[in-house]
Amino acid sequence: MLAYIDKIKEISNRLLKEGKVDMVIGFRKGTVPMMNEPCFVKTPEDVDNFVWDSNCGINLANYLTNRKEKIGIVAKGCDSRNIVTHVIENKIKRDQLVIIGVPCKGMIDRHKIEAMFETEIQDVIEADDKIIVKGQGLEKTLNKKDVLQDNCALCIHRNPVIHDELVGDPVEEQKDLDRYEDVRKIEFMSPEEKWRYFDDLLSTCIRCYACRNACPLCYCPTCFVDESRPQWVGKSQDPIDTRTFHFLRAYHCAGRCTDCGACERACPMGIKVRTFTRKLEKDCLELFDWEAGLTLEERPPLDTYRPDDPDDFIK
Amino acid sequence: MGIEPGRLHFSWISSAEANKFVDVVNEITAAVKALGPNENFLKTEARVA
Repeated sequence: MLAYIDKIKEISNRLLKEGKVDMVIGFRKGTVPMMNEPCFVKTPEDVDNFVWDSNCGINLANYLTNRKEKIGIVAKGCDSRNIVTHVIENKIKRDQLVIIGVPCKGMIDRHKIEAMFETEIQDVIEADDKIIVKGQGLEKTLNKKDVLQDNCALCIHRNPVIHDELVGDPVEEQKDLDRYEDVRKIEFMSPEEKWRYFDDLLSTCIRCYACRNACPLCYCPTCFVDESRPQWVGKSQDPIDTRTFHFLRAYHCAGRCTDCGACERACPMGIKVRTFTRKLEKDCLELFDWEAGLTLEERPPLDTYRPDDPDDFIK
Repeated sequence: MGIEPGRLHFSWISSAEANKFVDVVNEITAAVKALGPNENFLKTEARVA
């Protein structure tokens, strides 16, 4: 991790000094534990703010939308896939970017760790594969692999898919994972069971839209939930309105979602919002052999026509 | 997402296929009528009023 930080600083410093970029987007330490925040560095003097550890779960591609300047951006595997998606969707140009790739072994789940302890966590330190959690009268060592974000535990693209610089050797990709066990479980439910399952899942939603705001795919100038003329969906916390919001948002991510987990990480209520996007991800993989953001060369399934599209649901 | 089967239909009908259009619409209305009102999408406030 420390080697990564030095390398990130060194590369950023060089890029800024040589004038190759106007700014570098990376992470700095957050004001509370496990919450590193995005950091925009515009001068070589400020590169010392950059950090890297297992709390960099925010997807930085979110900050590239419609930018005009030349940008250096620190990118994990998932960030890099969202950068590809941004380029494909004309939200940023490839030649505006210098991508500083970071091979990633997963981010830790702050919801999981917070739920383990009664007392407030004041500090979280990382050493190799261990996480040391400290608080008032509390010091406990956890295995990092036990507290990974759910999406990181299932990640099969840990290394950046595109990059101009790399801060370390590529890490080994996880293989032979059953990535969709939970999705299949829901698929097997009867319609009534599904209805109840989603009612339950969303019962704590406060409609804060943190999931949407954290998502690099959600860049519409006016989101359908904010539109008032016409008002597509009620703004209340009525279960129907909440359900409509979550399902529509998920569908907007079909064929685009890289399962970066930013939505779930952002949720203040700890709702497993990835449940929705993962079903679509699974469908795209099974029906169109598509995983989002792997290549600049191919168009996504929702904007291509193939005569052999599977379409047995159409009568 | 838990919508009852039979409430949601997809069809591909060319503008030249008037008869197919009529048939499909009749079929759908019959299927949906048979299911009755869609209680799932009622808002709770509306139920109280």
